[in-house]
Amino acid sequence: MALYCDFVRATYANDQINRISVGGLAVSDIQAWIENEVKTNDVVLFMKGTPTFPQCGFSSQVVQILDYLGVDYKGVNVLENADVRQGIKEFSSWPTIPQLYVKGEFIGGCDIVREMFQQGELQPLLGEKGVATSQPQSA
Amino acid sequence: MAMTANDIESLIKMALPDARVTIRDLAGDGEHYAAEVVSESFRGMTRVEQHKRVYDALQGKMGGALHALALQTSAPD
Repeated sequence: MALYCDFVRATYANDQINRISVGGLAVSDIQAWIENEVKTNDVVLFMKGTPTFPQCGFSSQVVQILDYLGVDYKGVNVLENADVRQGIKEFSSWPTIPQLYVKGEFIGGCDIVREMFQQGELQPLLGEKGVATSQPQSA
Repeated sequence: MAMTANDIESLIKMALPDARVTIRDLAGDGEHYAAEVVSESFRGMTRVEQHKRVYDALQGKMGGALHALALQTSAPD
């Protein structure tokens, strides 16, 4: 999984970075854009790849957990924009991706999300924050 | 610019002298590790805060020289 992640990183290293709608914004605007994303969407996952095609094993794990719980979330592919990829690390003072946000709050990266899920803490947290899940809350 | 398990452990222990640190090399390439860090100083902190303490201890190497460090943190039982 980790090796696959490296492969993707190497592939992208030489690629022209695609400019999505936020491309070309100043650093402060990137921070404002990120803040708006996490405030206007209940659940946001900053990830490598997309929910349907994760391009890193760590991002993929979080996608699988969210999908299992039946959470409606927005995926932001940081591989599409180098400024967002760097900006999200500054936004949360967190050095790695994926990063999960619920109702504007940074919940954690892959390890924390997985640990919370395994200990049965993630679903109650989503419930407390008023986020619907389709998985019955008994596990 | 790979890091050894010893490098990682000593950086963590420099910042958290009481920590019990267990490191596993996941891929044998010096870039993918799993670390379990148990420290009294984590007590009362959220997981995000605990992980940030460890990332701070690694002095910016996380995400750079150190590509992947699966992290599990806790206070002693």
